[in-house]
Amino acid sequence: MRPHSGIRVLSRLPEAWRQPLAVVGGVVAVAWLLIAAAAPLLAPHDPLAQDLPRLASPGPGHWFGTDQLGRDILSRIMYGARVSIPLTLLLVVLSLLIGGALGACAGYFGRWVGEGIMRLADLVFAFPTVILAMVVAAALGASLTNAVLAVLIVAWPSYARVTRGLVLGMREREFVLSGRLLGFSAWRSLRVDVLPNVTGPILVLATLDIGTALLLLSGLSFLGLGAKPPSAEWGAMVASGVEVFDSWWVATFPGLAILTVVLAFNFLGDTLRDALDPRTARAIKERAL
Amino acid sequence: MSQPSAPSDSPAGGTAPRRAARPGALNNPLARFLLRRIAVAVLLGVGITLVTFVLTNLVPGDPVTANLGQRALGDPAIVAQFRAEHGLDKPLPTQYLTYLGGLLHGDLGMSQQSHRPVLDDLAEFVPATIELAGGAIVISLVAGVAFGVVAALRRDRLSDQILRVISLVGISVPTFWLALVAFYVFFFRLQITPGSGRIAPDMSPPPDVTGLYTVDAALAGQWDVFSSAVGHLVTPALVLAAYTIGLLTRFTRSAVLEVLGQDYVRAARAKGLPGRVILFRYVLRSALVPIITVAGLAFGSLLSGTVLVESVFARPGIGQYAYKSATTLDLPAVMGVGLVVGGVYVLINLVVDVLYGVIDPRVRLS
Repeated sequence: MRPHSGIRVLSRLPEAWRQPLAVVGGVVAVAWLLIAAAAPLLAPHDPLAQDLPRLASPGPGHWFGTDQLGRDILSRIMYGARVSIPLTLLLVVLSLLIGGALGACAGYFGRWVGEGIMRLADLVFAFPTVILAMVVAAALGASLTNAVLAVLIVAWPSYARVTRGLVLGMREREFVLSGRLLGFSAWRSLRVDVLPNVTGPILVLATLDIGTALLLLSGLSFLGLGAKPPSAEWGAMVASGVEVFDSWWVATFPGLAILTVVLAFNFLGDTLRDALDPRTARAIKERAL
Repeated sequence: MSQPSAPSDSPAGGTAPRRAARPGALNNPLARFLLRRIAVAVLLGVGITLVTFVLTNLVPGDPVTANLGQRALGDPAIVAQFRAEHGLDKPLPTQYLTYLGGLLHGDLGMSQQSHRPVLDDLAEFVPATIELAGGAIVISLVAGVAFGVVAALRRDRLSDQILRVISLVGISVPTFWLALVAFYVFFFRLQITPGSGRIAPDMSPPPDVTGLYTVDAALAGQWDVFSSAVGHLVTPALVLAAYTIGLLTRFTRSAVLEVLGQDYVRAARAKGLPGRVILFRYVLRSALVPIITVAGLAFGSLLSGTVLVESVFARPGIGQYAYKSATTLDLPAVMGVGLVVGGVYVLINLVVDVLYGVIDPRVRLS
């Protein structure tokens, strides 16, 4: 990676956008954000109103069917976007900030602080995410906020690891060393020379992590450790479909909502990673020769 | 932990001087390697129990309210008895040290929920999960590596694009939802797979040797039980494998592409070796090192997935046990699960490291 490759990555973005997968991912992601923003305008019914026939199969008036309480599933999915998507984005930003800061400190200052932070990260890694999140969520009490907190606890270490690795590699680079020789303080060097060069890869990680975070969050809700009824949360909606197995639409459509959001961000992240990954970039260059 | 991809801590990487040989048994690289591993495992065990212990004690939840019924809670005598029975009336550090002391004797404590030793519970539930996760990792390795190789060899063609979408769908699909859909379609609608549980409800489990129904049934020669156990395993294992297949496809593809660009592969091709020989002897062998690393990490995510898959397919495994213990704040049980899983993690890392040596002589026990 060359100095200030963060900016280089940005200049390579238009190329990435020409990838069909990235375009599809971008369009779907934007569509979901719009749905979340405009749910009250778009939704044909009140998501909590129980005034439709119960367990009606998909058809005119209720295109995704109704659930066992006579609520319109399409409207609930639209309102569900306002629950899941903002929380997931908040979750990823928070774990990026916490994990990134800890990882940068561990990489730049090294030794005891760094070792301590990384061993803590190892410990979290050794626990399967769902089980640790489950323990935290159960201990704190089942609620959506606590589920977010639980996911946060299992999500920060991957940022810490990646940031530390990148900072470690950057610390010994000539332009960083010459900055230090010119009298930059450790903090200034970290802020001015190191961090701008590691943001690109970390943002790609964050894009890919949006999907993971949403899967984990809705998984906790599915297990009954997140959103409480009557809240229109997608994981909890899938769980309510388990009780009425014959009525396939109750579980299917909320699940598809989760799948499309996660897929959209993974399409985006995967393309961004290709634009970034020096190995792949080199392979493309070789082919061009 | 062993993260071969992470940059080394040594300054100015690559030219770090070799450490001077130490005297005694530590001189033997194998002994040193194993000692380090055992130390890591012990530390990890202490860490896992400590984290679980602190987490479950610092937070507002109370195992007494989680385990006793509403009526029993009103009776101070019953509450006091429950606390005394499980040592909850002692100071926290004492509770933890008592637990560690028991651990040294192989005593994982009593489950507050099943009223049985945690060790017995684990012995009952772990084999079901081993079958499930083992089946899933085999499926993922075979399918993931095959898909990845095909994608790399046909790079940027249609098949590569299709495999890319398939692998991305694999890592994006919610496991619990896929489990439901598979159960609905294959069992409920098409009726081509058996339903929930580990074997057909009218069968009795095979004589207990390993706890793995498939192995035990084969050992006892009960082939109807064997086929029932395998049949009950296929759908959940496939569902569980969806994520890791996607992951391994992506990593195999980039690992193979990386190797394909190397000079020695070009040389092998130039001297006219058949494609099959190049692929298996030159490309796949080098590409396997990063693939094995990812597969080791993927096993962790498989164990996470078992919680959700076991809950949908009603397989009595460690995932379901973990769920029940976590929701009732059954501390000894949660710590027991944590220890088993942490142990598996250490073991997998060991296997991965040994496999490195087998695949790549350059890293043999270095």
